[in-house]
Amino acid sequence: MGKKIRVLVAKPGLDGHDRGAKVVANALRDAGMEVVYTGLHQTPEMIAESAIQEDVDVIGLSILSGAHLTMFPRLVELLAERGADHIKIIGGGIIPDEDIARLEEMGVSRLFGPGTDTRDIIEFIRKSCADSVS
Amino acid sequence: MGSNGGQDLQVLIERFEQGHATAAARLITILENGGEPAESVMDRIFPKARGAYRIGFTGPPGAGKSSLVLHISQLLRRRDVQIGVIAVDPTSPFSGGALLGDRIRMQRLTGDPGVFVRSLASRGSLGGISNCTDEVADLLDAFGKEMILIETVGVGQSELEIAETTHTVVVILVPESGDGIQAMKAGLMEIGDVFVMNKADHPDSELAAKEIEDTLRLKNVPDGAWIPPVVLTSALEGRGIKELAESIEKHHRYLEEEDRLVEKRRRILRSRVRSAFMDRMERKIWDDPSVREILSERIGDVYEGRLSPYRLVQELEKRVKIE
Amino acid sequence: MANLDYLEDLGFPGEFPFTRGVYPTMYRGRFWTMRQFSGFGTARDTNKRYHFLLDHGQTGLSVAFDMPTIMGYDSDHERSEGEVGRCGVAIDSLRDMEIHFDGIDLAKITTSMTINAPASILLAFYLCTGEGKGTGFDQMGGTIQNDILKEYIAQKSWIFPPEPSMRIITDILAFCSDHVPRWNTISISGYHIREAGSTAAQELAFTLADGFAYVEAGIAAGIDVDTFAPRLSFFFNAHLDFFEEIAKYRAARRIWAKRMRDMYGAKDPSSWLLRFHTQTAGCSLTAQQPENNIVRTAYQALSAVLGGTQSLHTNSMDETLALPSEKAVRIALRTQQLIAHETGVANTIDPLAGSYFIEAKTREMEEKAQEYFRKIEELGGVIKAIEKGFFQKEIGRAAYEYQKAVEERRKVIVGVNRFKLEGEKLEIPILKIDHQVELDQREAVRKLREERDNDKVARELERLKETAAGPDNLMPVILDCARCYCTEGEIIQVLKEVFGEYQEPPFF
Ligand SMILES: Nc1nc2c(ncn2[C@@H]2O[C@H](COP(=O)(O)OP(=O)(O)O)[C@@H](O)[C@H]2O)c(=O)[nH]1
Ligand SMILES: [Mg+2]
Repeated sequence: MGKKIRVLVAKPGLDGHDRGAKVVANALRDAGMEVVYTGLHQTPEMIAESAIQEDVDVIGLSILSGAHLTMFPRLVELLAERGADHIKIIGGGIIPDEDIARLEEMGVSRLFGPGTDTRDIIEFIRKSCADSVS
Repeated sequence: MGSNGGQDLQVLIERFEQGHATAAARLITILENGGEPAESVMDRIFPKARGAYRIGFTGPPGAGKSSLVLHISQLLRRRDVQIGVIAVDPTSPFSGGALLGDRIRMQRLTGDPGVFVRSLASRGSLGGISNCTDEVADLLDAFGKEMILIETVGVGQSELEIAETTHTVVVILVPESGDGIQAMKAGLMEIGDVFVMNKADHPDSELAAKEIEDTLRLKNVPDGAWIPPVVLTSALEGRGIKELAESIEKHHRYLEEEDRLVEKRRRILRSRVRSAFMDRMERKIWDDPSVREILSERIGDVYEGRLSPYRLVQELEKRVKIE
Repeated sequence: MANLDYLEDLGFPGEFPFTRGVYPTMYRGRFWTMRQFSGFGTARDTNKRYHFLLDHGQTGLSVAFDMPTIMGYDSDHERSEGEVGRCGVAIDSLRDMEIHFDGIDLAKITTSMTINAPASILLAFYLCTGEGKGTGFDQMGGTIQNDILKEYIAQKSWIFPPEPSMRIITDILAFCSDHVPRWNTISISGYHIREAGSTAAQELAFTLADGFAYVEAGIAAGIDVDTFAPRLSFFFNAHLDFFEEIAKYRAARRIWAKRMRDMYGAKDPSSWLLRFHTQTAGCSLTAQQPENNIVRTAYQALSAVLGGTQSLHTNSMDETLALPSEKAVRIALRTQQLIAHETGVANTIDPLAGSYFIEAKTREMEEKAQEYFRKIEELGGVIKAIEKGFFQKEIGRAAYEYQKAVEERRKVIVGVNRFKLEGEKLEIPILKIDHQVELDQREAVRKLREERDNDKVARELERLKETAAGPDNLMPVILDCARCYCTEGEIIQVLKEVFGEYQEPPFF
């Protein structure tokens, strides 16, 4: 059997644009990963709790509403509070460079911009999981 | 887990015993991944299991399994019962990956430490649950969960293993054409302890429920045997949930009479031992060098049509000695 | 072309089955309406902007709402945090709507509101605003999008489950037929279906299927088809495949006209007309070499014009990334003006008619749509198909397929997977969000709750609950709730208690 990479894909915020989240979930599944999909309208609390119970290696968030500066830091904080800061956070969406730098400083592993190739996301996840699973 | 896995395990178990969800979740992952580490976890966990009651929810995709698991969980939580939920979704046979989506329905349980929800991929098992479902249930049991609700894959065919895992099996059907017939074909009629006709907000549900009742009544049952009730529910409107919970409890009480539950638990454990043993033997035999050798020597004859597969099996069998 | 009956399949422009256009003279009589949406901030900000636009001769206003309003949450609800006034205006109650249209004569303008799940409530706020100015319901004109089916299918801004949602819609149809005859009650939208990743044929088929479902629901509710059908309009996407898009619009008109006349027995010719608004495809814009988006948008706009659209929104080149800059907005509008005044394409009606390729493609689109209609029928209709995730899965698969085609370079996107600029750095401008808007709006709702007659509010909400549980039309009681300043969130909450909330299962 052996280890499978587990990823949580979630879409915070009130808007319903889940095209990107679903495409990524599909691509990760096809790359052999186990994807817990919690879908739309997720709060940071919901995301943290799901990620912990599901023991995922990575959380992938798709944020389009511009709420990234509240959403990501809150999630980082919640995971730390609950002793789950080993879980890596990645994100996709429209996020200005300035904010990317700030978020990566706060502990977000990687943010992917518009037009990202899903193979880059897969490779990034595989690499960062290879680092932590020895 | 690295080379000092033993030590890590010790720490994990301690954290698990202190009630940390992160530790429980990690231990489940170890159980899922199988092998020696999983067996070590079981050594530590199994004696701690307190005999949580296990309820299976099965039925075709979209019937409302997840929705009803949510409702029943909410009802049990109002009675302060500690809940574990295991939801199984299929692994893709092509990529080995999986999309696990049942949690979407459980979002309303967020923030309640009395509930632990875990999604499992079936990982090649065909019986509607993951091979490690029993072990994950043991773990949640040892974690203090009093009721474990298990949702099967729900792809329709031969999801019968749930009956070998849980104490009460709830079969969920919807009043759509042919569901009852499909259920019969798939053997669900045999394993159900409680039948649910969900989506009672749709017309025809009462009729469909009656059909199921009639089918059940056709079966010959010995005196005093459990007769599965048929409950009408609407997960959408929250109707019939109390009745469903009552039916499950009634079955629970029925099992408790005359030591049936004890007997059932023993049967389940026996069957677990059997299937774990068979798995192990299968692997052992298949990997045995002499079996491999004969196989590679003789399989060509099967390809060429000179030897029937069954003759080759007989030759292999002679190699296996059970003392 | 084999089996092409000129009169039967094409007809003349402005004649059945309207393949060639809904009006006999098309753009030779009048250009399409160049309608650019905008609007952010508070009700007061938008009001200032409206006055400016009206002073400059505009007669139609559009309202874009923020996400909390769209999802039925008041500005002070915890789920609204960080999203108030963000991508549109926040309207919590009649009070905000009154501010929004302060000093504007609602008999003299028309208003288009992009609102779906809570459309009945926002319409009520609007009508009561007019009422307060002494304007009769029958004097007010405008549009609500009110297309809930495409929310389940694609855009996912739903609140209630499909069946009660359809009941609200038929209540609106019936109420407007009787009392607000100038109101366009549903704008049946394929735009969002396409943005979610569908193919052109899926956009066509699913949108028309939604349209049929509304008509059938209206008829089933006992409303005469000819009283509400002329008030239905459509909203399509203009994507990249030029001829396919043109064929899509032509096929849409033909299918609609035939169905309305032959199946639903509509007698009024205006019930047969498929009139539509078009927006160029936001999802086709790229963050890489954004200026290329001007060219993409121009071709897309041209396809909509050649396809006979009644109005058009052209995207700004930077629209995917942030609020468009003023210059980008101007270029987008100029793109339309260029097509209208310089290219000469508007001088000829349906200039591509009779082209073998276009007619064959139109036929092909029609046949693909018919094939989908059959499937939907087999599944038990649109709502059943939604419950089974049929549309969601079809669209999800198409979106994933598209992504793979791009990644494997089977589909070329200029500047993204070919003809890249080496070392191009994406410049995503900073979105400046004024948090003050949210704080002000929260304070305003709080004050409103203090000042209004709360006994009356409680009584009206109780009446709303009873009406929702029974068969009567909801609009009159929603209007009463609006009049005593119940908030949108309070009204929605009561309806949720009766109708439940929709939650989408994970469809892949
Ligand atoms: N109308 C109606 N829909 C229901 C009911 N129960 C579940 N559903 C819907 O059926 C779909 C599938 O439900 P889900 O619980 O995910 O089914 P599962 O695949 O068996 O787990 C969802 O859209 C639910 O909202 C019900 O009682 N009535
Ligand atoms: Mg399920």
